[in-house]
Amino acid sequence: MRLDHTDQQLINHYQRHLPVCERPYLEMSRQLGISEQEVIERLQSLQSRDVVGRVGPVFEHSRAGASLLAAVAAPEEQMDLVAARINRAPGVNHNYAREHTYNLWFVMTAPDYELLDEHLDELEQELKLPMLRLPMVEGYHIDLGFDIDWEALP
Amino acid sequence: MSQPLSANHLAVGSPNSAISEISAWGLLRLRQQLEQGLPLVPRPYLALSERTGLSEQEVMSAISQWQEQGLIKRFGLVVKHRTLGYTANAMVVWDVPDEQVSTLGKTMADVPFITLCYQRPRRLPDWPYNLFCMIHGTNRERVLAQLDSLIADHNLQHIQHAVLFSNKAYRQRGGRYVSHD
Repeated sequence: MRLDHTDQQLINHYQRHLPVCERPYLEMSRQLGISEQEVIERLQSLQSRDVVGRVGPVFEHSRAGASLLAAVAAPEEQMDLVAARINRAPGVNHNYAREHTYNLWFVMTAPDYELLDEHLDELEQELKLPMLRLPMVEGYHIDLGFDIDWEALP
Repeated sequence: MSQPLSANHLAVGSPNSAISEISAWGLLRLRQQLEQGLPLVPRPYLALSERTGLSEQEVMSAISQWQEQGLIKRFGLVVKHRTLGYTANAMVVWDVPDEQVSTLGKTMADVPFITLCYQRPRRLPDWPYNLFCMIHGTNRERVLAQLDSLIADHNLQHIQHAVLFSNKAYRQRGGRYVSHD
């Protein structure tokens, strides 16, 4: 999806360090040379076009609660069905099809690991599929706020 | 909010920190609200104060402190790369000797096109890989070329790896640790 220059600037400047003051969108509007109302409308539009998932904090997963990457090997013809069941489980925030025998990869979160394990046990029993549970051992680089390479986009 | 949550889930910072004076339940409600995103109204922190029973100032102080303390690691627009055209998303997994995994992980962390990198446990015999890195690219050929250069630059030819492109996102959203679906 092609974005206009102002939308690009909004993303370039504010993937981090969103102002924490009474009128944050006013402060952003001054930086961008547009009105506060336009900032708000552009953010609403970016969200409705699914370019921006939300405006707000990314919590440090290791401190915010429990999270775990898991994968299942679903029969090819049942992938959509199995993916839908995974999405119905509590706390699933990512769920992707990937090219591998383990073809559905999802991240589940919960307030603590005891609850997370319970939710995964329930899901595993329901799916009756082999499940890999891959908790993080050590993070070396976890930040999806990288600079967008606008020139490389289609 | 069907499930009971203890205020312990908020345990951040030292007991002496200023936000410890603010209502623990108000802070929990604030975290639940923030996981949904900042309201798009002229005074979003005032809107959050009305939903949490905190004052606008307390909302702003809590968010600032959570950033300083590292509970919030980034505060801003969360981009959905796939919509923008980053459709070639490869998870590359490696079977690295245990004594080398940390060093190699830190090396990969500094490679510009690697967006995520972490160590996870092997699950033998099905899953021999212990190092994961992610490359978000706009096309598959370019991502594979970047991978080739990574292997050549760091002499990784002898480390077994697999490339798992994602071809569909069934869900992509922020973690909801304290709020509910």
